[in-house]
Amino acid sequence: MQKRSLSFYLLLAFFCLFVLFLYGPMITIFMLSLQGPDGGLTFPMRGLSLYWLGQVFQEQRVGNFIEPFVRSLLLGVAVMAITIAASVLASMGFRQRFKGSTVIFYLTIASLIVPSILVSLGIGVVFQVMGWPTNWFTSGLGAHLTWTLPIAFLIMLGIFNRFNPSYEEAARDLGATDSKTFWEIVMPLIAPSLLGVGLLTFTLSYDEFTRTSLVSGQSNTLPLEIFGMTTNVTSPALYALGTLTTVFSASLILIAFFAYNAIAQRQRGKA
Amino acid sequence: MSETWKALKPYALITPQTLVFLMFLVFPILMIGVVSFWEFNGYSMTPAFTFDNYRGILTDVTLKTYLNTFKFLGLTWLATLLIGYPVAYFLAFHVPKLEWQILLFLVCTIPFWTSNIIRMISWVPLLGREGLVNQGLMSIGLIQEPLQFLLFSDFAVVLGMVHLYIIFMIAPIFNSLMRIERSLITAAEDLGASGFQVFKEVILPLSAPGIAIGSIFIVTLIMGEFVTVRLMGGGQSASVGKLIQTQIGSLQYPLAAANAMVLLAVTMLIIISILRVLDIRKEL
Repeated sequence: MQKRSLSFYLLLAFFCLFVLFLYGPMITIFMLSLQGPDGGLTFPMRGLSLYWLGQVFQEQRVGNFIEPFVRSLLLGVAVMAITIAASVLASMGFRQRFKGSTVIFYLTIASLIVPSILVSLGIGVVFQVMGWPTNWFTSGLGAHLTWTLPIAFLIMLGIFNRFNPSYEEAARDLGATDSKTFWEIVMPLIAPSLLGVGLLTFTLSYDEFTRTSLVSGQSNTLPLEIFGMTTNVTSPALYALGTLTTVFSASLILIAFFAYNAIAQRQRGKA
Repeated sequence: MSETWKALKPYALITPQTLVFLMFLVFPILMIGVVSFWEFNGYSMTPAFTFDNYRGILTDVTLKTYLNTFKFLGLTWLATLLIGYPVAYFLAFHVPKLEWQILLFLVCTIPFWTSNIIRMISWVPLLGREGLVNQGLMSIGLIQEPLQFLLFSDFAVVLGMVHLYIIFMIAPIFNSLMRIERSLITAAEDLGASGFQVFKEVILPLSAPGIAIGSIFIVTLIMGEFVTVRLMGGGQSASVGKLIQTQIGSLQYPLAAANAMVLLAVTMLIIISILRVLDIRKEL
């Protein structure tokens, strides 16, 4: 027993160091973005203020963040809507055995594991050959879907694996049509999961860089704008923007998690 | 009528998703394959069937770039495995309650849902010339001059990659460790196995599929990687992804396409060899 507790403490220490490794860098830029107006890019901190966080919303010499932010927001919402609709339908299809399901399944996996740069290059080449201009809401949207859709689909498969089909059978036995069964039985039961999947999808899209990088066209999404800034911004405004957008993504994830838990618990209470 | 509908229903349901994959994954990759045989005259590309692009990339530079990419891959893989396994092991076997396991796993996961670019930028105040690490080392007198290799170096690239992608190793390993029947471990202990023997004979083999899945993720993420190489490598570091991106930047699509096809083939070869060693089908 004594020996076991030693390995426990060693692993606990290792785990804490790992968490520090994950969060440490982020915490440094949070701190540096709270400097006074004459703050620099490194420690020590010069003063303490919200100056740089405010600067993010001002007109910048190197660009404007509001427009890329709005683009990323709109794109994220569109990607989320399409991803949820398509992945719910597809995972419902997978509840029944059908010929070719293995191919479709591996196609989904392929979308996840093909190196991102190939997706981006491929879509870029298609648009080039067709003579279409690349744009964040056409080629960019497609690139995002190749990333969010497989992830959402795999999560939905897991959700339907644990789904009890007897509720639907009961509804059907009572004469409900397919669509009525879906909207009145299935939908309310998977709604909390959909909320979670939706928010995850949104943040995946909101932060996506590699797949969008070659196909966003003239107007940048927020991650692309930030990438451009890294070479020519030398003020803590960069850190401030990083802080704001990270807080935004992280709070969406936390909301997704806690909302999911709360709704799931209430449903369990009812059942 | 209703029988036909029942047989056709799954196909109707999977159609939207499959269309997306056909339009934005399969067709584009086929087009890369086609364009990789096209001619390029320095300004534009024309349909043709030539091996010039492939011949064009058979150079020492490409070979070196591949070797460098393999170096990044090997180091990142090793680091994510050596760091990720103990973390997953701790979560799976040393955290007592399921709620705590989920919560701590979530703590590990949150950073991965935020922007990669920001996560890389955030290393600058730590590792830069006047960064915290150099400041700290100099103030305790370990070094006189700031260490240059910390940022904008191959070291920084690997560090950045480990930081960005380690969750893709931890999650599958954690998943396979959680599935191990606890009675197997008790049985091994009852038969007199030491702690290390239990790990070597029971836990490690049963978590091997998790390691395999994690390794596949790491391979596919690193092989085409160019963002980390660009941001953390500071110009000198080379990778296949960066090479392709540079070629696209100068609109040399056929050359980039040929490079991408080679990259795809190499990546698939590595994945197939991982799958030959370990059967992961039962995990899916």
